[in-house]
Amino acid sequence: MEKQTNKVVVDIQNLKKSFGDLKVLDGITLQLHEKENLVVLGKSGSGKSVLIKCIVSLLKHDKGSITVGKHELTDINDEDLVKVRRKIGFLFQGAALYDSMTVRENLTFALSRLKEKFSKQEINDKIIEALENVGLPDAIDKMPSELSGGMKKRIGLARTLVVHPDIILYDEPTTGLDPITSNEISDLINETKEKFNNSSIIITHDMNCVKTVADRIVMIKDGKVYKEGNLEEFITNEDEYIQSFFK
Amino acid sequence: MLKKLHKRDKISSNSSSFINTIKEESISFFIHMANATEYLKLVFKNFFSKRFEFQEFLKQCYQMGNKSVGLISVTGIIIGLVLTIQSRPPLVKFGAVAMLPGMVAISIIREMGPVITALICAGKIGSSMGAELGSMRVSEQIDAMEVSNTHPINFLVIPRVFAAIVMIPLLTLYADAIGIFGSWLGINIKDDMSLRLFINQAFTDLDFMDIIPAVIKSFFFGAVIGLVGCYKGYNAGRGTESVGIAANSAVVTASLLLIIVDLIAVQITDLL
Repeated sequence: MEKQTNKVVVDIQNLKKSFGDLKVLDGITLQLHEKENLVVLGKSGSGKSVLIKCIVSLLKHDKGSITVGKHELTDINDEDLVKVRRKIGFLFQGAALYDSMTVRENLTFALSRLKEKFSKQEINDKIIEALENVGLPDAIDKMPSELSGGMKKRIGLARTLVVHPDIILYDEPTTGLDPITSNEISDLINETKEKFNNSSIIITHDMNCVKTVADRIVMIKDGKVYKEGNLEEFITNEDEYIQSFFK
Repeated sequence: MLKKLHKRDKISSNSSSFINTIKEESISFFIHMANATEYLKLVFKNFFSKRFEFQEFLKQCYQMGNKSVGLISVTGIIIGLVLTIQSRPPLVKFGAVAMLPGMVAISIIREMGPVITALICAGKIGSSMGAELGSMRVSEQIDAMEVSNTHPINFLVIPRVFAAIVMIPLLTLYADAIGIFGSWLGINIKDDMSLRLFINQAFTDLDFMDIIPAVIKSFFFGAVIGLVGCYKGYNAGRGTESVGIAANSAVVTASLLLIIVDLIAVQITDLL
């Protein structure tokens, strides 16, 4: 496995986001390094998903800055936003497969939206490669409604991987899955990093997943970074709130 | 005395809650209007500035036609039949039964065909747009599309709106033809008239000014159904119940707007 470097690929400074009177993010500062799996931990409603949605500009932050590569997202223009999103893959909590399309069409859709143009054969090869990477080449002509929860997540990951993003944002990748499938997805996150050398932010509160994938952990509480460190530092920490996650 | 004061308190609290309700409803109305304006601006801006999704447009045209043609056939034939059966007795009374084909054809082409088709499509197509886009919103498919650098307005809304603008007039013309055929069946319940004679009589009383405004009106009906159906679905809330709300609200709002557009169209046609 290639080792992570100190190069920062996503830099978040003093990020604030509110919905009406509800402050969700209240000055978050964190960095994602190249070839790093960064796990963001926190209880439900702590703003973890809001954080990664701000990174792809699905939600506009109120204050602070988010820099992806050399692009700062505050007041970013459409053209630069396309470039930023080209670098980022997003695995949604429910996989968000387009349910009117087959698996093949879901992956083709992702490829057809790129500036680069591919021949039919190239598209087919890339789809098969992506499906083989997630271990589901046989699902190619299935509809999303024919897939189980774990399979949907894998296909969602294949759709993310087919465009070779530099950064992958995982929104609770193991939620709602049985322990065996959860472990498979966690292993897949590691395999993806090993094979494509990408950086990832993984939002989760599945401690098995945290233990398997985390290079570094950031814990969020009350909209702020509560603790940052590696797995060892979290496990040995005696803080009651931190231990409530690791017990 | 105490009873009187209590009653006065109750009246004042009722009136203040009534004023609050009006205030809240007004604010919500203006927020809706602002959102709708923003949405329309986005649809027009993207239509002119981004590439048109022609494949998706064709797919939507096919689905709209395919979904509605059966229902429109049945409704059209029944409307023609009912209109003829109901209109016959008064015309017989005045010895004007020969005017029946023309009268029914004019009322079907000018009013019944476009309005009934539009209302059926508001129910069938508008609700399905509201539900489909609403469920895509709830299951984050719209967000996924946005992350894949595809503007959802461009891929989901514009093809649907234009498919409705194209398909509603075509379905209206089809409903008109079926309705007129139904009218011929209705006449043949009591009388004996050949289809050729019926069509001849019906079209003698028709001119272009009966057909053209009705077709133009149905383009606007298509725009209303497409824009409202997509708006309601696209702006659905996050919970699953919002899918039902979006579908229901799409039908109710589109139906109301169709009647208003019809009223305006009739006034304009009257001036011509």
